[in-house]
Amino acid sequence: MSNIGSYNERMKKFDWDIAKYILDWKEGELLNIGAICSDRICGRGDGNKTALIWEGFGDKSARYSFDDLRVYSNGFAEFLSEQGIEPGDRVCIFMDKIPSLYFSFLGVLKLGAVAQPLFSAFGDESLEVRLASAGTRAILTTQKHVRKVRKIKDRLPELERIIVVEGNPDKLKEGELFFDVENSPRVEEFDVYHSTPETPSVLHYTSGTTGQPKGALHVHNSVWGQALTTSWVLDLQDDDIYWCTADPGWVTGTSYGIIGPWALGATQCVLDSGFTSSRWYKFIQDNRITVWYSAPTAIRALMKDGDELVSTFDLASLRHLASVGEPLNAEAVIWSGEVFDGLKFHDTFWQTETGSIMITNYPGMEIRPGSMGKPFPGIRAAVLDLSTLKPLDEHGKVGLIAFSPGWPSMFRQYWNQPDVYRSKFVGASENAMPDELRTNPDLWYVSGDRASIDKDGYFWFVGRDDDVINTGGHLVGPFEIESALVEHEAIAEAAAIGKPDKVNMEVVKAFVTLKPGFEPSDELELNIMNFIRKRLSPLAMPQEIEYRDKLPKTRSGKIVRRYLRAIEWGEEAGDLSSLSDE
Amino acid sequence: MDEMKKVILEYIVDEYLDEDDEDEVSFNTPLISSGIVDSFSMVSLKRFLETKYSIKLSDEEATPEAFDTVNSICRLVDKHLG
Repeated sequence: MSNIGSYNERMKKFDWDIAKYILDWKEGELLNIGAICSDRICGRGDGNKTALIWEGFGDKSARYSFDDLRVYSNGFAEFLSEQGIEPGDRVCIFMDKIPSLYFSFLGVLKLGAVAQPLFSAFGDESLEVRLASAGTRAILTTQKHVRKVRKIKDRLPELERIIVVEGNPDKLKEGELFFDVENSPRVEEFDVYHSTPETPSVLHYTSGTTGQPKGALHVHNSVWGQALTTSWVLDLQDDDIYWCTADPGWVTGTSYGIIGPWALGATQCVLDSGFTSSRWYKFIQDNRITVWYSAPTAIRALMKDGDELVSTFDLASLRHLASVGEPLNAEAVIWSGEVFDGLKFHDTFWQTETGSIMITNYPGMEIRPGSMGKPFPGIRAAVLDLSTLKPLDEHGKVGLIAFSPGWPSMFRQYWNQPDVYRSKFVGASENAMPDELRTNPDLWYVSGDRASIDKDGYFWFVGRDDDVINTGGHLVGPFEIESALVEHEAIAEAAAIGKPDKVNMEVVKAFVTLKPGFEPSDELELNIMNFIRKRLSPLAMPQEIEYRDKLPKTRSGKIVRRYLRAIEWGEEAGDLSSLSDE
Repeated sequence: MDEMKKVILEYIVDEYLDEDDEDEVSFNTPLISSGIVDSFSMVSLKRFLETKYSIKLSDEEATPEAFDTVNSICRLVDKHLG
């Protein structure tokens, strides 16, 4: 029997307080995610239960109990407090998926500070933009990644503490601190910050069409949405061994790679090594993983390596599979059913801003391959007419995916950008403040994706409603790429779009014009690719660069990405009357 | 083949490791499975090989396993050079 039981019955009778009931949480108890995921599990007698099974590159591996989580997160909280970090300060966590990432995340929250996890593959420019935006006061990193911080620290006056948590302390430079929590005295007691439901917890950066990335701010109250969806959608039960493949630099890695599973007291696995199909299958086999939450890009890469490879591993422990990050194509759903003994991946739809799963396929419910599934109980979802922005009644008609505000994990603001936050709500008054917007059930929060709904209530994803590129399940903003491209010595103008890709859904393609004195060549293309890879990230690196004499522009001089995208996708370009003739 | 190994190794050290990186990379050092080169960055490594050796590598050939060491990369390139 799955945790959700009957979807239809849950839809009839639903209250978010069911999450509190599942966690046996009583009013008046401490509502702090750091403590809920560690101290509270120990307090109920599960301190010796395994919380984290970790494997790194080579033969490195380690296991940690919930008591270890409690003590090591206390260690980080105490150390940061001693360094003058205070509640509300933003603390960036910039490291690979090493155990200290997980301990420090909970430690930052226990202190009442705001955890700002960033993907460790980000280059120095991507890092700088996000630290400057957040006014980050401290960064926790490793010897491997601190060199990127060194390049930018002089331009970040608010960044007061650079703390290296792994590596050789003798290699530190002036102004850097070293803190190895596992080799420091155990901190048995820490006075956890008494957060309220609305105390900020996590700041995740996400990309948009225009401007630099925006910080989506979440609060401690999000735990109810994350815990309940983990229970009902991922179906985690007491004896499960769970693997979420996402990196906590992205929202899936925190909502479902830390908060949801550990709030429930589940054992989870982390693999911190490069992707190869055989390594992943071996990891599942060796750790007897039962519930696996992955991404379409990874699933398609596994498909590419063939069925025969799967059969060389014993994967009989698996009992439930789910997927997130981009639409899961029907072929991948059918393939998983064939090679994983009838188990099909359950697609889940949500985003950084929603904080928890919004539309999904549930355990025990018929999966329609290629469909996003149905809204989570308690979530009012619709597709809005593209012109009128009113909910559509017509089945199969494409509109904007939108949600009625008010669920617990909803983001509370874009960091320091109230106007941008307001612009995400249809029906908002001109001066509405974030608290009014997020609690007004008469508004619609617009996700930026398009879909249709069939006669049975299943949602079907169509695509983005803007120019944001979804590559490998990660959103990349074209503006950020274009800004970096024109910093290259050879490039005069640039436009970035997503082009179709069999494995990653989309990859970045750039169109550039060159400055006088530069000629198109394969060598220059490779040079530009590596330039972006190092400055921004491998995800943002164009996988193809097209040289042009000029780029399509409006008469006011704005580059028209949609025209380039339409050509690339073989679609109608729409109204081009505003295009300049030049 | 030895010259090719040196050229590819030098490119990887220059492009994927930082100046003060202490990691010693040899012809047999795992690149993909160790995380030195991630799956997205494989594309630029593939492009380098194609440009440098005037070959075309198909997506089916350019697997994480085939790109995992300098030795395995050289075997793949050598196959195309005949």
